[in-house]
Amino acid sequence: MALTKADLAEYLFEELGLNKREAKEMVEAFYEEIRLALESGMQVKLSGFGNFDLRNKAERPGRNPKTGEETPISARRVVTFHPGQKLKARVEAYAGSQ
Amino acid sequence: MTKSELIERLTKKQGHLAYKDVELAVKCLLEQMSQTLSSGDRIEIRGFGSFSLHYRPPRIGRNPKTGSSVALSGKYVPHFKPGKDLRERVDASLLREREDANASLTSSVTDTQAYPASD
Repeated sequence: MALTKADLAEYLFEELGLNKREAKEMVEAFYEEIRLALESGMQVKLSGFGNFDLRNKAERPGRNPKTGEETPISARRVVTFHPGQKLKARVEAYAGSQ
Repeated sequence: MTKSELIERLTKKQGHLAYKDVELAVKCLLEQMSQTLSSGDRIEIRGFGSFSLHYRPPRIGRNPKTGSSVALSGKYVPHFKPGKDLRERVDASLLREREDANASLTSSVTDTQAYPASD
């Protein structure tokens, strides 16, 4: 089962003793604050976890996969995530245990 | 924005919690997320995005110092796919910046035109 906001709020409630409303608000605010930073053009660096970077993409030719018709893919800004050393090492350890 | 800046911002907004409490909460959230990924599970945050693992097949690598071949086993790497809300908001910020740039370009043209007139 995938981890959701509800699971994270439950965890803050159990581990930190925040009440349920505070826990829910904290989880919501945590992701909203990251979105706000990215939205304002700022990179987000969470040491031990990873970095959220922004990349500007130029317009490029594309194709409608349904009709095969050529349409340009407009210029856009996208978010990329680069996991940190610590997270990568932990995830690799999982692969090793398989 | 770094982790400590994130904690500061959250503390300002969540007026009733002390910096230390917010710090603990942020660390717990990140630890729980890392824990989930390192046990092979996915994370799904509506409006933000999802984290999953992507498999990298085994390959022959090289030691960059000696140039000798090394067999590397397959591994998993964390992958993030931004959600709709995050994607749209970040993309909208690019459009806003472009409009601002155009606006200042237009106003600077007006300025240079205004200059000889006032001469």
